[in-house]
Amino acid sequence: MRPNLPKAVAKEAETIADYARGEGLDFYPTVFELLNAEQMAQVAAYGGFPQRYPHWRFGMEYERLRKQHSYGLSRIYEMVINNNPCYAYLLTDNMMVDHKTVIAHVYAHGDFFKNNIWFSRTNRRMIDEMANHATRIRRYIERYGLDEVEDRIDTFLSLENLIDPHSAFMRRESETIDRDERRKRAHDAVVRFPAKTYMDRYINPPAKMATDRAARQAEAEKAKDRFPQNPTRDVLLFLLQNAPLEDWEADLLSIVREEAYYFAPQGQTKILNEGWASYWHSTIMTNYVLRDDELIDYCEHHAGTLATAPGRLNPYKIGIELLRDVERRWNTGRYGPAYDACDDMSVRREWGKEKAPKGRVVGQGSPGREKIFQLRALYNDVTFLDEFLTPEFVDDQKLYHYRQDPATGKIVVVNHEFDKIKQQFLFMLTNHAQPYIFVMDGNYRNRGELYVAHRHNGADVEIKYAVETLKRIHKTWKRPVHLSARIDDEPILFSFDGEQSTQQHIDDSMEPPAHQF
Amino acid sequence: MVLQIDKDHQRFRRIVKGKIREDLRKFITRSELLGREGRKYISIPVRGIEIPHFRYGDNNDAGVGKGEGKVGDSVGDEGGMGPGGLGEGQHILEVDVSLDELADILGEELKLPRIQPKGKHRITSERDRYSGVRQSGPESLRHFKRTFRRALRRQIMSGLYNPDSPRIIFERRDKVYRSWKTILSPQSNAVIIYMMDVSGSMGDEQKELVRLEAFWIDAWLRRNYQGIESRYIVHDVRAGEVDRETFFRIREDGGTRISSAFRLARELIESHYAPSEWNVYLFHFSDGDNSSESDSRECCTIMREHLLPVLNLFGYCQVASAYGSGNFINVVHEHLANQPAVLTSRVNTKDDIYDSIKTFFSSGR
Repeated sequence: MRPNLPKAVAKEAETIADYARGEGLDFYPTVFELLNAEQMAQVAAYGGFPQRYPHWRFGMEYERLRKQHSYGLSRIYEMVINNNPCYAYLLTDNMMVDHKTVIAHVYAHGDFFKNNIWFSRTNRRMIDEMANHATRIRRYIERYGLDEVEDRIDTFLSLENLIDPHSAFMRRESETIDRDERRKRAHDAVVRFPAKTYMDRYINPPAKMATDRAARQAEAEKAKDRFPQNPTRDVLLFLLQNAPLEDWEADLLSIVREEAYYFAPQGQTKILNEGWASYWHSTIMTNYVLRDDELIDYCEHHAGTLATAPGRLNPYKIGIELLRDVERRWNTGRYGPAYDACDDMSVRREWGKEKAPKGRVVGQGSPGREKIFQLRALYNDVTFLDEFLTPEFVDDQKLYHYRQDPATGKIVVVNHEFDKIKQQFLFMLTNHAQPYIFVMDGNYRNRGELYVAHRHNGADVEIKYAVETLKRIHKTWKRPVHLSARIDDEPILFSFDGEQSTQQHIDDSMEPPAHQF
Repeated sequence: MVLQIDKDHQRFRRIVKGKIREDLRKFITRSELLGREGRKYISIPVRGIEIPHFRYGDNNDAGVGKGEGKVGDSVGDEGGMGPGGLGEGQHILEVDVSLDELADILGEELKLPRIQPKGKHRITSERDRYSGVRQSGPESLRHFKRTFRRALRRQIMSGLYNPDSPRIIFERRDKVYRSWKTILSPQSNAVIIYMMDVSGSMGDEQKELVRLEAFWIDAWLRRNYQGIESRYIVHDVRAGEVDRETFFRIREDGGTRISSAFRLARELIESHYAPSEWNVYLFHFSDGDNSSESDSRECCTIMREHLLPVLNLFGYCQVASAYGSGNFINVVHEHLANQPAVLTSRVNTKDDIYDSIKTFFSSGR
């Protein structure tokens, strides 16, 4: 695909870029390309990239998107990839006003990619990297055959969510601690009560101290043999380093892992990122770019992107509304202890109204604007909602908490309580609504078996999928694998030994893994 | 234009077909397919094609929604931003497959009957295909795009084109028309005659089994042979010819005399389908509960003396029925043993349909 942007669109892109920079947005150079519906469906199926490795699931996604498009169900308006330079795609048969809206939207995404801390460790040359992955995998297909390679990719993709999105930001203490260091720590760790010198013998009896020390040391010795040293959330990395894989298989696994890490921040910041982009396309269009004759079309499409079907949530809508709410609150000083302590609703409603910027104000330099710039730099969806979701907002946006009624099986509105709604929100966003899985033991029962565990935080894992996924782990690990999970408040051990899947209740008679929660 | 993703798409379709093949027995028993036409698409749920992940179960189905709603109001089946995350579907994948494709998959498991090229003047068929353009022709076949392009080119070259008021005027020499070629392709003639017992002893369930089987035989043969002819006969004590629509929908009552259908089939073949020019396939579906033993014997006589010499295949499929003897199949076995063109099968439940079709067609006749 070569750049084929009509001059008129390129000129608009330049103008909009100037306005966006003027508002303080800071983005990578952005390359726009014009695609027809089918090319757009391909690019979208490839997650925005012009090239991916051969795999059927892209074909599946492509079919779905094309079908949606031909039934007129949905249109992909905008597609942008986090890369330097940023690549963004426009749909050929869109109107100029659509192009302008999309361009403004894309610059805001570009600004978010560049400045949000969660994206700071992503590869900014991913477009090249993806092409390299494709080349490498094609080479493996030539050498080992499509069926073999596809089989491995399917296996590894099944585990692609078993990563630790925070690991890019962590520096763990060195895994290898020498023996003396460990002794010393064990020595220091023994509890010693403060006592006057002459009383020390009685308060901290030397015999007791010695046995304690010995026990600690024994424990430390045992800890040395623990494998892994700590419970490990990056299951993919653990497998990559320790599973008996051929070089090419390990390379496939590392490709899957690298791509999973690349896409992880986009999952973590969906609401904030889309809200930010929508906020900016709206601000730029209505303040600078929109021509009178384009107003109706703009309004229709803007409303279309933000539309929320009954009983659903639209991240664009929640994002933009919450950002505007924060901007308003910070402009009117509705934060801090004085505001929080005020429980007179009429006062709260009028709070700081006189401070709010008047008239048709862009809002640059206002405290509200500064606050949302801070949000875009430092927050992700979880922290964004945790900190800025307010009862007023929930009320205003008519949010409700729903749950399946166990009696009828119907999904019904349970309540409008702020606490419940917020809790549900956070649950849905935490770890991108994926269960937390840790490697607890890589040498379970001293037989080289792999023991992973689900850390339960309110919801059970789906058994059918867990059993299937466990089989895929076994294919990678090639020794029996176990998953401990809490199902209906019972601790259950799922196992797969290569031939059969078993489930048993976990009790004290079973050997514990090296680590436990 | 060839897209890079077409390869992935083809691969996906191949995997889907593979999955359908595994579950083929199940799909061909879906009665809502009856009477569909070849190019129509059918949504088929395909299991086991998705990639399993550790994920939360559906029993935790709770979420946050937006909109009007009082406590206790139902919000419909679709949850809001469910545990699956934003807009990530977690349903069983439904894939659109055309009936033709399904028939192909069925056919891969079977062997095509050896339809002989019969009837010399019918070995080829003529078909017109638009394959090129020419300078003259009827206005209805004018190729607008090319004509326009030529006119535009001419006007630009002669300096008549004005971008500010782009007006293109055709001249006679600009006009281009589609032209066609006649293609000769070999064609074999085949006729399939379906006979169905619609007597009172055939309950709705039996009729459905029969129709499903007839439907798939029909769908598959139609897919593989163009211009195939199908004739449908229903009978109780009397036989009559009906159209396809009626055959798949009819409800009747009454006694059974199978020979009536055999006689009608014989008349049909003798008057329309000379064995020198046609491949004739005859299928009979019944619960095997004939009115009399002597009638059954008569059937066999007609079959041996008049029908078998001209048939490629006679397939008899007997469905299990709560009523009646179901003896006809035994008579057929007794009197028509050692006839390679005679094949029988029994269908007791929907699951047997697949095997029954396989019995008829694995001989490759």
